[in-house]
Amino acid sequence: MDILDLAFMQRALLAALLVGVTAPAIGTYLVQRRQALMGDGLGHVALTGVGLGFLLNASPVWMATAVCIAGAVVMELIRWYGRTRGDIALAMLFYGGMAGGVMLMNLSDSGSSANLSSYLFGSIATVSEEDLVAICVLAAFVILTTVGLRRQLFAICQDEEFARVTGLPVRMLNLLVAVTAAVTVTVAMRVVGLLLVSALMVIPVAASQQIARSFKATFALAVGIGVTVTLSGTATSYYADVPSGATIVLIAIGLFGLLTALATPLAKRRAGKAAAAAECTLDAPGERTTADDVKV
Amino acid sequence: MEQPVISLRGAGASLGGRPVLRGVDLAVHGGEVVALLGANGSGKSTAVRSIVGQVPLTGGELELFGTPQRRFRDWARVGYVPQRTTAAGGVPATVREVVSSGRLARTRFGMMRRADKEAVIRALELVGMADRLGDPVDALSGGQHQRVLIARALAGEPELLIMDEPMAGVDLASQEVLADALRAQVARGATVLLVLHELGPLEPLIDRAVVLRDGCVVHDGPPPEAVGQHALPGHDHVHPHAGPAAEPIRTGLLT
Repeated sequence: MDILDLAFMQRALLAALLVGVTAPAIGTYLVQRRQALMGDGLGHVALTGVGLGFLLNASPVWMATAVCIAGAVVMELIRWYGRTRGDIALAMLFYGGMAGGVMLMNLSDSGSSANLSSYLFGSIATVSEEDLVAICVLAAFVILTTVGLRRQLFAICQDEEFARVTGLPVRMLNLLVAVTAAVTVTVAMRVVGLLLVSALMVIPVAASQQIARSFKATFALAVGIGVTVTLSGTATSYYADVPSGATIVLIAIGLFGLLTALATPLAKRRAGKAAAAAECTLDAPGERTTADDVKV
Repeated sequence: MEQPVISLRGAGASLGGRPVLRGVDLAVHGGEVVALLGANGSGKSTAVRSIVGQVPLTGGELELFGTPQRRFRDWARVGYVPQRTTAAGGVPATVREVVSSGRLARTRFGMMRRADKEAVIRALELVGMADRLGDPVDALSGGQHQRVLIARALAGEPELLIMDEPMAGVDLASQEVLADALRAQVARGATVLLVLHELGPLEPLIDRAVVLRDGCVVHDGPPPEAVGQHALPGHDHVHPHAGPAAEPIRTGLLT
């Protein structure tokens, strides 16, 4: 297969695989605590990091990671303290991040509009070896966090008040979720682009939810869907010469539609099975109905 | 006398600038079952939420197991049942997954050993939900959901059980199951503090009732006798409540 012989495609496919695993992994927790669009905001903030990288001649991936983590910490702080004007503060952060990134890119000598668009929409074929090292290290952190601390993260995302009374360090764990989401944004940046990062955190989870019944199954299936769409999207973008990010996201939406269509008959079959297992029967004549069933 | 499990002295708390607790004294001793009663807005929920550290006290002292609450870290000894929230998480979760999170305080780094898994099953058996292990929680009725939240608190085998309105919106059959589960906890020596709207099927279990009105304790002693239609079995408490400033307590418990 020629696609695997090319060094840049090998790098592209490895990056795509890591994004396919990490984005839905942290995305499951974000969706669980109803912060599905957090990744989108962080993507905006990361652009300032990319701009800084170009301006200072440093690695855009590492600079984006640093700025994005700082943005995630600020977002968590806003969530703790600034309840009243929280949404306004977040808007300032997001659009400030986006505008700052565009401005910094423009100020730097090497930053062109082609470069800008490759970060905004992804340009998987230009993933360098240096980028790939960064992506591998960051992905390892995301996987360790989301799998290793799954019970703790599940508890805080499911019922924060109960988790606090269990004695879990809820603030630290919330911060960890935010930082992990920030790291995932920079992992996915080269593959799907900053504007489409959030799609890979949300769509595989939404698709998986259509048929999964447990958190564990939702998580595993979302990662499976993530890997499927990133790998097939990358291959498609190579053969059809179309942008990788858009291809991946459109395939993910297609899969979501397919699973949604499958979900209804599946739910009916499950309901049918449950009904067959607990067939209704009339009490035998003369038998007393238990008091529990009848409210007087 | 031995150290009380919960000791609240002169506690004050406010929500949104409005004082909700105004000098509440409450002591719960080991093995006691204490019901906290009162009308809506009387501060009973705020009182238990401040005991578990979810509402900061603006004054007074609070000790858990003899340790000032601010320095208390031994949360594995406490089982908490918050008011049932209508909003579940955005991702499906099974009964087993939800109840397992109640065992976290007893595990090291969240590792579920065999004993932990057995404790989860035992807790579900206590509330009669062991056959629903793999079902998603959003497929449950209100009463079943409440039973799962109580199993979550029991999974940690707590010495002190704190429950906020465990009977709210719970059908009669589930109320009886919960009364049995509570009886089993009391039998093994657990201490229980629960917020109730009315005593209902739990009445025989309750050693002492503390009634709050406008953030003050107005009764601390044996559970008041239910009278009138409130004493009827299966009485469903559905009539709307007046504001906190109106009339004594509308539960009819003190009259």
